[in-house]
Amino acid sequence: MFSPELLVRAHEIIAQYPDPHSAILPLAHLAQDHDGWLTNEAMAEIAELVGTSPADVQGVCSFYTMYQRRPCGRLVVSVCTNVTCLVVGGPEVLAHLEARYAGDDDVLVEEVECLAACGNAPAMQVNYEYHEHLTPEMAAAVVDDYKSGQLRARGVSGGTP
Amino acid sequence: MSAASGKDVRETRIVTRRLHEVADSYRYAVARADGAYDQLAAVLRAGDPADVQAQVKASGLRGRGGANFPTAVKWESLPAEVFPRYLVIIGDEGEPSTFKDRELIEKDPHQLLEGVAIEAYACDIHKAFIYLRGEFALGYDRLVQALADAKAEGWLGTNILGSGVDLDVVVHRGAGAYSGGEESALIESLEGKRGMPRIKPPLPIHAGLYAKPTVVNNVETASTLPHIVRMGGEEYAKLGVNRSTGTRVAAISGHVQRPGIYEIEFGMTFREILYGIAGGIREDRALKFFLPGGASFQWLTPSDEHLDQVYDIDDISAKLGTTLGSGAIMVYDETTDPLLVAWRLAKFYAHESCGKCTPWREGTGWIEKVLYRMSHGQGRPEDLDLLLSISATVSPDVMRAPFTQTTICPLGPSPVSAVASIAKYFRAEVDAACGVGVAGAATAGVDA
Ligand SMILES: Cc1cc2nc3c(=O)[nH]c(=O)nc-3n(C[C@H](O)[C@H](O)[C@H](O)COP(=O)(O)O)c2cc1C
Ligand code: SF4
Ligand code: FES
Repeated sequence: MFSPELLVRAHEIIAQYPDPHSAILPLAHLAQDHDGWLTNEAMAEIAELVGTSPADVQGVCSFYTMYQRRPCGRLVVSVCTNVTCLVVGGPEVLAHLEARYAGDDDVLVEEVECLAACGNAPAMQVNYEYHEHLTPEMAAAVVDDYKSGQLRARGVSGGTP
Repeated sequence: MSAASGKDVRETRIVTRRLHEVADSYRYAVARADGAYDQLAAVLRAGDPADVQAQVKASGLRGRGGANFPTAVKWESLPAEVFPRYLVIIGDEGEPSTFKDRELIEKDPHQLLEGVAIEAYACDIHKAFIYLRGEFALGYDRLVQALADAKAEGWLGTNILGSGVDLDVVVHRGAGAYSGGEESALIESLEGKRGMPRIKPPLPIHAGLYAKPTVVNNVETASTLPHIVRMGGEEYAKLGVNRSTGTRVAAISGHVQRPGIYEIEFGMTFREILYGIAGGIREDRALKFFLPGGASFQWLTPSDEHLDQVYDIDDISAKLGTTLGSGAIMVYDETTDPLLVAWRLAKFYAHESCGKCTPWREGTGWIEKVLYRMSHGQGRPEDLDLLLSISATVSPDVMRAPFTQTTICPLGPSPVSAVASIAKYFRAEVDAACGVGVAGAATAGVDA
């Protein structure tokens, strides 16, 4: 939900656009970074802020892959298995992380499409921060460093740490 | 082997010079000391937007987002005297194995902003949006910081350098959707809607963002503009070959010794690019096939005809029917199963369909299913023909390259390129994998 400080930021974002409706995606990122996922309450509030219906905001947000529609833990780990990562070990990184963090409520491991990091494949993002040139063991060490706070994580929507 | 540290004499670094050769080139003070915004200052001092358009026309610059449309021709189509009008820059790079725009955004955001300001000035536009792929969190931070610094220094905003010219730039973040890279879908997304392509006409240049005239250009296209101004259009046009003038930032990935982004002057051969620039195939293995222009177009092989093909937008489509597309070059060595690559590409396209067109939404799903079993040891002898017949519903005349469009945007027929490629070049291998000619070939228990 939008706190008073967040509301100030929300109005700044809206003011950038000739039509407030354009602010839906940025506002949803703002809410998700704050709440840890995109709640129905936040979407209703966004609807009010930009002058549309909650159903409209939900319809829009559900189209995009970055919005979490249920609590997802503190860390979203996105592992690429697209064609370049595929041939240099991406699927092995994914399988290792999926097994290691199965049942860990703090970590959501997901398979994603090309992250535009193919020059340093295989690649993953943790809360949209890049980690490249991975082996399964290195990838797990990175996630563990985030878990322990050794590495500071961005928001789950990629907001600046 | 670590990534692209390799400096090759044969790269022609124009757009990528600063990011390779100047440390911390994303910082304002660093970029400014290296000449960032000098060309914007020169353009404003000269006060002749028509001349900027003329230089870009003379340069022969064609859009670097994949469609190769001449940039100046697009600008000339802007309806006269209709305001407001908008500039939208695509930084929504999502095509598999394309990663050049990400580097241009993260490492040289001031070059991009200078290009945006020059473009807006040439087109009499006062509001620009840079649409970044949602996943580019670092690029977003860097670009937002660059924008704030440029504004504070008077390069953007109101009454730039006392010239009376205003330009407001907004950095907008997407949220994950490949179809959103298509220009009308990107505009929909920027309006706060689902990223689904619009039916054309009208073209964005006539009625785009908020139904107003909208110039849409790619990040690399805009980043090239300061250099065209600096060199002069005619001088820029001396680089390259035929109607492919200048340089292209190619993103080379896969089984090469030195993957990475390389700025290539048009006119080189693929042999020079793969073996000279990218260092050849890793561990001295043999090249099996490569994708010369991203995931959506037909593949090429190590034949002399293909390796000696010149990097030229029109020549490659005239001779080989494929294109240079998004600038990605994907390279696979002899250990690669072409079926696996074809399947993974089909999986991508099936996942990324926006859902608007039936052939695409349904057909691609079936192509993916059949390719899955073929690439996972469960192929049936009739599968390749089945694949070709499903593909024909998405793109009649399957083998024709690039492809036949049955859908609202060209995304729909894209997976057919991979199907046509395996049928053309790897039929024997595919047949063997699917048990063609083997009595009682395994068809065990796989339901498509
Ligand atoms: C499905 C689809 C995806 C696209 N994705 C991108 C993209 O990620 N980045 C991009 O610059 N252009 C992309 N394009 C091309 C743009 O729609 C547009 O033609 C081009 O970027 C315009 O700018 P340019 O003339 O400067 O190249 C895509 C096109 C299609 C059909
Ligand atoms: S081809 Fe049709 S369904 Fe596919 S992305 Fe384009 S508009 Fe959407
Ligand atoms: S294929 Fe994995 S980052 Fe591009």
